[in-house]
Amino acid sequence: MLGKLTLSAIPYDVPILVGTFIGVAVIGIAVLAAVTYFKKWGYLWREWLTTVDHKKLAIMYVILGLVMLVRGFADALMMRTQLALAYAGNPGYLPPHHYDQVFSAHGTIMIFFMAMVMMQALFNFVVPLQIGARDVAFPLINSISFYMTLVSAILINISLFIGEFSNVGWLGYPPISELQFNPGVGVDYYIWSVQISGIGTLLTGMNFLTTIIKLRAPGMKWMHIPVFTWTAFFACIMILTTFPVLTVSMALLALDRYVGMHFFTNDGGGSVMLYLNLIWSWGHPEVYILILPAFGVFSEIAATFSGKPLFGYATMVIATGIITFLGSLVWVHHFFTMGSGADVNTFFGIMTMFIAVPTGVKIFNWLFTMYKGRIRFEGPMHWIVGFMITFSIGGMTGVMMAMPAADWVVHNSLFLVAHFHNVIIGGVFFGYVAGLSYWFPKAFGFKMRDVWGKWAFRFWFVGFYLSFIPLYAVGLEGMTRRMNHYDNPNWHPWLLVACVGVFVLAAGVACQLIQFVLAAFDAVNKKPDALDLTGDNWGSGRTLEWSIPSPVPHYNFARLPVVRGLDTFHIEKELGRPAPVADLEPIHMPKYSAVGPVLGACGLLIGFALVWHIWWAVIVGLVVAFFTVVHRSANLDVDFYVTVEEIRADEEAFARRLAAAKAAE
Amino acid sequence: MKRLWRFFPALPALMLSGCTVDLLQPAGPIGEGNRDMMVLEWAVMMCVVVPVIIATLVFAWKYRASNTKAEYLRNWSHSNKIEVFIWGVPILIILVLSGFNYWSTHYYDPYRPISKEMQVKVGAPNAKPLHVEVISLDWKWLFIYPDLGIATINELDVPTKTPLDFRITSDSVMTSFFIPQLGSQIYSMAGMETQLHLMASRPGNFQGEAAQYTGPGFSDMRFRTIAMPQEQFDAWVQNVRSGDNPHVVKEALDAQTYKKYHAPPPAPHDEAPKPAPVMYFSSVQAGLFENVVAQYNVGMTHDHHGKDMDEKSMDMHSGSHSAAPSNTGM
Repeated sequence: MLGKLTLSAIPYDVPILVGTFIGVAVIGIAVLAAVTYFKKWGYLWREWLTTVDHKKLAIMYVILGLVMLVRGFADALMMRTQLALAYAGNPGYLPPHHYDQVFSAHGTIMIFFMAMVMMQALFNFVVPLQIGARDVAFPLINSISFYMTLVSAILINISLFIGEFSNVGWLGYPPISELQFNPGVGVDYYIWSVQISGIGTLLTGMNFLTTIIKLRAPGMKWMHIPVFTWTAFFACIMILTTFPVLTVSMALLALDRYVGMHFFTNDGGGSVMLYLNLIWSWGHPEVYILILPAFGVFSEIAATFSGKPLFGYATMVIATGIITFLGSLVWVHHFFTMGSGADVNTFFGIMTMFIAVPTGVKIFNWLFTMYKGRIRFEGPMHWIVGFMITFSIGGMTGVMMAMPAADWVVHNSLFLVAHFHNVIIGGVFFGYVAGLSYWFPKAFGFKMRDVWGKWAFRFWFVGFYLSFIPLYAVGLEGMTRRMNHYDNPNWHPWLLVACVGVFVLAAGVACQLIQFVLAAFDAVNKKPDALDLTGDNWGSGRTLEWSIPSPVPHYNFARLPVVRGLDTFHIEKELGRPAPVADLEPIHMPKYSAVGPVLGACGLLIGFALVWHIWWAVIVGLVVAFFTVVHRSANLDVDFYVTVEEIRADEEAFARRLAAAKAAE
Repeated sequence: MKRLWRFFPALPALMLSGCTVDLLQPAGPIGEGNRDMMVLEWAVMMCVVVPVIIATLVFAWKYRASNTKAEYLRNWSHSNKIEVFIWGVPILIILVLSGFNYWSTHYYDPYRPISKEMQVKVGAPNAKPLHVEVISLDWKWLFIYPDLGIATINELDVPTKTPLDFRITSDSVMTSFFIPQLGSQIYSMAGMETQLHLMASRPGNFQGEAAQYTGPGFSDMRFRTIAMPQEQFDAWVQNVRSGDNPHVVKEALDAQTYKKYHAPPPAPHDEAPKPAPVMYFSSVQAGLFENVVAQYNVGMTHDHHGKDMDEKSMDMHSGSHSAAPSNTGM
C-alpha cells in the first residue's frame, strides 16, 4: 500500500532532525492558526494562491527563496561548525551519513531553490514592467511554473523528516548515486525534486522568452530593451537549450535506479563519463543562467544611482550574447582530470578563459557608468561596489582554474569551493539581494529601512572574505571538498576562521530578515516617510517600471506606454510626459485559476509517491493532473475586462499622490 | 585589546609559519609545472584585478553625490576609445594566457611520460620508470608494483628521481587519485584505465588522497606517499618480499584473497567507517589489475586460472570470453 514507506523511515533517533521538526511544526502551526484566526483563508486562496498575476507570483517566489535561503544557510552553518570541530580524532557532531546529506542538500537547495527561485522572482516582477506589458505571455503557465518550483522545494524538505536526502553531492554523480551503492531513497528525493522544479524552470524560460519577443510596448525596438530584460532574454535562451539536458540526465539516472537500466552504472556498458558530460553541459550554462540576470540588476542599479545612462549599452548586450554562446562551450573544464586528450582540454580551457573577456568588459562598463556620475550610496549601490571587488577576485581564480595544468591540482579542492562561492555569493547573491532592495518599493509601495540593508551588506561582505579566503588557503594546502573530518594541523586554523566567517554571514542574514520584518511593521503602521508616493522611489529611475504607481495596479499600465528610445522613462522626465492621446479603455486580463495549485498538489503527490514506489498514488496524481488540464482546456471563462471606472479611480488616486509628493518638496 | 589588534595584519603569516602549502611547495617537476602555471596566471590576472578594484574604490569615492566639485556628465554613455580599451586589453591578456594554456596542457599532459628534460633536471637522466597500478576501493587504495611483484594498501612507496607511470582504475565508485605535492590528479573509474605520470624529485612523506567523494569512508580514504632514494627503496622492496616488515600480510594477493580486501568495511549510520590499515603484500598475482578493469566490460571475465573473478558480472554477461580493457581517451 505504501510502497517502501515504513515507520522506520522517520529519523526520530536523530536529535538535530527531531529538533528541526519541532521548530518547523511550531512555526507552521502558528502560521496556520494565525490565518484561521484572522479568517484569511479565503483571501489567501482568492488573492494569492490562485493568482496568475506575475507580480504576486514574484512575491511568492521571493518568500520561497528566502525560506530556502535560511534552510540552505542552516546547512552551511552545520558544515562549517563540523569542520571547525572534527579535527585530530574528534569526529565532530555530524557522522558522515548525516554530514553528506547536509552538503548535498546545501548545494541543491542554494542553486535550485534559492538562486533559481530568486532569479524567477526577478524575471516575474521586472520583465513585464520593463517592457510595458500587462502580464506575461502565458499567465496560467506562469502560475504552474511557480507551483512546480514550490512543490519540489516542499519535497526536498520532506526528505528531512521522512527518509533521507541524497548523500552524493548536488549533482548526484554516478556510479555512487546508482542503486548498487545507494539503495536508500535519498537520491530519489534528489532526482524528483530536481525533475519537478526543472519543469517549472523550463516553462518559465519559454514563457519569458515569448513575453520579451512578443509583448514589448509599442515602439520598443530590440535596442530599446532595458539591460535587465536583455539578460533575462539570454538566460531564457540558455534555459531552453540546457534544461532539457538536465531533464534527460535525471530521467536516465532514474531509469537506472528504477528499472535496472545501465546508462551510468559501472557494468553493463554504463559510463560515468556520459553523465559527467551531460550534467555539466547543463550545469555550466546554469551558472550563467544565474549570473546574467544578476549582471542585469547591476546594470540597472549602476545607472540609476550614478545618475547617468549605463555606459556602453550596446556593448553590454553584445557581451551578454557572447557569454550565452561561450557558456555552452566550456563544460569540460569541470573534469579536466578525467583523462581527456590534451587537445580537448586545451580547447575547453581556452574557451573558458575567453569568457573572461565579455565578463571583464561588463565590469569596465559598470566602472565607467560610475565614472563622472553623481553616485548615491543607498542600499542597492553598496552591493554593486562589493560585487565589483569580490567578483573580480572570483573571476581571477576562475581564469586560474581554466588552465588545465593548474586545474589538475585544484580540481575538487576547497580552492574550487572558494572560487564558486566567490562568484555565486559575490555575483549572483549580491545581485539578487541588490535587486530585491531596488524593486521592493515598486512591489509594495513603501521602502525598507536602508540602514538594515547596509548592515546586511557589511556583514555579507566581511563574512564572505572571512569564510572563503581560508578555503582558498586550505585548497592550496591540498584539502579536498566534502571531507567530514581531518587530521592535518595546517588546515585547522583556517577552518576555524571560516567558521567565524559563517557566523558573520549569519548576522547578515539576520539583518536582512529584520529588514523585512521592520518593513512589514512600517507598512502596517503606515509610517509616512516609508511610503513611495511617486512610483519613482529612487528619484532617478530610467525604465518603464518607475513610471507607474507603487504598488503596481494589477493591470500594470493604465495606458500602454509608447516607447521613444532607450531609458524611455528618463526621456519622458527630460522632455515632459506626452498628454494622454486616447481615453482609457477597458483592459483585457486573465482570470485567476486554481489549476496551478491543483497541478502543484498532483506534482507533490507524484514526486513523493515515486520516491517511495507508491505506484497507485502516482497513477492517481497523473489522472487528476490530466483531467485538470482537460477541464482547463475546455473552460472558456478564463478572462475578464477591467472597467474604465476602476482604472480611472486608480489613475486619479495616483495623480493625487503625485501632487502630494510635489507639495511635500 | 588594542595591542592585540596590532598583530592582526601578521596573522596570515603566523598561521603559515612552519606549515606546508602543498601546492606551492611541490616535490616534483609536474607539481612545479602546476604551480608555475597557477602563479603565472595569478600574476597576469592581478595586473587587471588590482587596477579594477582600485578604480572601483576611487570612482566610488570621487564621484559620490556629496562631492559636488567632481565633474558630472549626466548623459555621457559612450566612448569609442574606452570601448577599444575595454575589449582590447582583456583579449590581449587572454590571448597570451591561451598560448601558455596550449603549451602547458600538452607539456604537462598527465598521459605524457615524464620528459627527458625533467629527468635531466633532477639529475637522473637514465632512471627507468617505475610502473604502479592503482586501484581505488571502498575506502582504501591498492597499489600494485607489477614489475616488482609486490603490492601495498594505503601507502605508496616510491624512489625519488624516477619517473612514476601510474595506471589507474576503480573497483567501486569513481574517485580521483591525487598526491598534492607531486602534482596533477586523475580520475579512477571502474572498467576503465586512466594514466598519470609523476616524479618525486626529493625524499619526503606526502599526503595522498581521494579527491572525489566516495561515500561514508571518504575522509579516511587517504594514503601516505613516501619518496626515498633508490637504495632505500630497493631495501624496502627486499624487506617487503622477505616478509620481515610488520605490515606484510601473510598471504599472496590473488583473485581469491582480493575479494576480502575489496569488500568495504561496515558503514554504520552514526559514525565513520574505520580507516583501512597499511598493508604490504610480498607477492601479487600477475594480471590482477587487468582483470579488475575487464570484469566491468564484456560480461563474464576470467583471471589467469580461468576462474570467474566477479560474481556480479555473471548475471548480465554477454557470453563473450574476451576481456577488453578500455581507455578513456575521448
